[in-house]
Amino acid sequence: MKSKARLMQGNEACVEGAIAAGMKFFAGYPITPSTEVAEIAAEKLPLVGGKFIQMEDEIASMAAIIGASLAGSKSMTATSGPGFSLKQENLGYASLAEVPCVIVNVQRSGPSTGLPTSPAQGDIMQARWGSHGDHPVIALTPSSVRETFDLTIKAFNLSEKYRVPVILLMDEIIGHMRERVELPEISEIEIIDRKKPTVSREKYLPYKADDDLIPPMAYYGDGYRFHVTGLAHDETGFPTNNPAIADKLYRRLLDKIELHKNEIIEWEEQCTDDADIVIISIGGVSRAADTAMKQLRQKGVKVGTYRPITVWPFPEKRLIELADKVNTFVVAEMNLGQMALEVERIIKDKAELIKVNKVNGEAIYPEEIIEKIEEVL
Amino acid sequence: MPSAIVSEYFRTNKLPQIWCPGCGHGIITRAITVAIDKLGLDRDKICIVSGIGCSSRAPGYMDFDTLHTTHGRALAFATGIKMANPDLKVIVITGDGDATAIGGNHLIHACRRNIDITAIIYNNNIYGMTGGQYSPTTPKFDKGTTAPYGNVDKAFDIPALAAAAGATYVGRSTAYHTQLLISLIENGIKNEGFSLIEAISVCPTYYGRKNKKGSAVEMLEWQKNHAVNIAAASKMAPESLDGKFLIGEFKNSPEPEYTKEYQKIIDMFKKE
Amino acid sequence: MNNNETVTEKLAVNENWCKGCGICVKFCPKNVLIVENEKVKIVDIEKCIQCGLCELRCPDYAIYVRGK
Repeated sequence: MKSKARLMQGNEACVEGAIAAGMKFFAGYPITPSTEVAEIAAEKLPLVGGKFIQMEDEIASMAAIIGASLAGSKSMTATSGPGFSLKQENLGYASLAEVPCVIVNVQRSGPSTGLPTSPAQGDIMQARWGSHGDHPVIALTPSSVRETFDLTIKAFNLSEKYRVPVILLMDEIIGHMRERVELPEISEIEIIDRKKPTVSREKYLPYKADDDLIPPMAYYGDGYRFHVTGLAHDETGFPTNNPAIADKLYRRLLDKIELHKNEIIEWEEQCTDDADIVIISIGGVSRAADTAMKQLRQKGVKVGTYRPITVWPFPEKRLIELADKVNTFVVAEMNLGQMALEVERIIKDKAELIKVNKVNGEAIYPEEIIEKIEEVL
Repeated sequence: MPSAIVSEYFRTNKLPQIWCPGCGHGIITRAITVAIDKLGLDRDKICIVSGIGCSSRAPGYMDFDTLHTTHGRALAFATGIKMANPDLKVIVITGDGDATAIGGNHLIHACRRNIDITAIIYNNNIYGMTGGQYSPTTPKFDKGTTAPYGNVDKAFDIPALAAAAGATYVGRSTAYHTQLLISLIENGIKNEGFSLIEAISVCPTYYGRKNKKGSAVEMLEWQKNHAVNIAAASKMAPESLDGKFLIGEFKNSPEPEYTKEYQKIIDMFKKE
Repeated sequence: MNNNETVTEKLAVNENWCKGCGICVKFCPKNVLIVENEKVKIVDIEKCIQCGLCELRCPDYAIYVRGK
């Protein structure tokens, strides 16, 4: 049974998804175009016994959600552009200390203050490499309001399961777009909680991973009296300068995502069976890509679409397969070629690569994609 | 075998600490455990949070739930912990640079909210971990590696800053005045709200050497000879306070606590 | 007790942890202690009144009063 259909904004669907996933704490700071996420969280969290706090800045918001997560609450923050830059410090902390949390970034045009209410997708590479040092990253990119709901839940689940911060990489188009959606019943939703230690305090090694490369996680206040640090640490959680132990830790952090990538990676493709040309896009641009494909198909051009849902880790394997049979990939994105870099790396010179880029604060229109494709026909 | 207090509250397998000979930080850290012991708190419900710097290494030696965070951010992490689980007694250990420079914004806002956290600022007047740069509490004209000709910045008065920002319990003591320090920390933890205790430490290695303050012993003697308790100061002639600094309880005025106030909002929606 | 600990009825010293700063020596009201070879040493335990000031101000937890 589904709930009654509602007209809902992407940012609102994000909060609905977070609450469905079990979010009990949100810390944020006002920034357009993500502010509705904070506003709606402030309104809805107390109704489910959860808590909202508006912190003094973006850095503090990121810190607070890590603290709350360590004390046992599923936690989230939301931001845009400049705020996402400020999150990077503690995002790296959450990666190293393996603290589950969700960071929503409703992308806007940049660099710097840029075009504050206009959409962009310029943070794709920052989502991957924004914090210093090699660190694990999962980033999900919804392209509809309903998918924002679903992927927010997925973000919490992945975060809890793999003890990694998960980025919900939205864009202003999806954040502010209103669509008619039907949300599923809570009972139909799969919720994953972090695994907790089963051993006594004396035997608990907070950073000793199981075979799945993920260590069980106690909560502060449970009586385990454990230590968490942003320094490189051994299995006990205490700092070490031992090169072999540091090396093992850093590699495990990346390996735990690599090991489970088949469970993490998600993408959507349409009409790729016979396609000569495949449009690759994410988020708001995918809606223009769909329209472009349909219009070109009507003209007899064999076009398909490929939409990474996990932009990180990038759905690479399937793209390699497609590169063997597709003549041309068209990467359409609201930046100057960030995802194209990744596609180029993956397809090598097996197919032609065409870029459709736009950074003027306007959305990419279907005609712009069609025009570019017609140029090469 | 170490003393009873150290055996009970320290991770003795991590000792001795990394601090330099004569560093006051060890004195302050022990004082915190004595205050906890006197209060008879459930040690599994205490969380100690720190930032980055010499002082922030303290929680690693203390046998509680402990969190060593990023530079300046300890109070923001601690705020999340306290919000998620108000049953925890949250104690923040931070330094002068950590708390009042890079973490200055978090400090004033934690004070303003009156969230039930006790912050103990180990003030050694210098950035020690990075080798002796001047901090927001380096006295004017004193030297640091980044103030080779003397510091022209005016120093923060940390208790005055905290009191003005809204902390409801504020005190200051020194590594020398350890008994007073213990009682201020005890009262700070008891205060249901934001408490700040400035614990003036000694850094013989960097601040002391750079400014010809002598050994750790001499620096502690200086504290002994120049600190005046605020209770006594009110009865003293103003000129006799020249060159002195105040210690003691500066503010104790309880107000409604943040997480309790938020809980009232949640309770509005509780279904009977 | 290993060789690096000195235990008397009144005081105990852990030389492994002592960094020889001399704080306990200076603030001992009865001159019970000295620093020798960068370690604290008990020289006149008879005078010790177990006031605990050494323990209170030892930054390294290397000296403490026994039986308290």
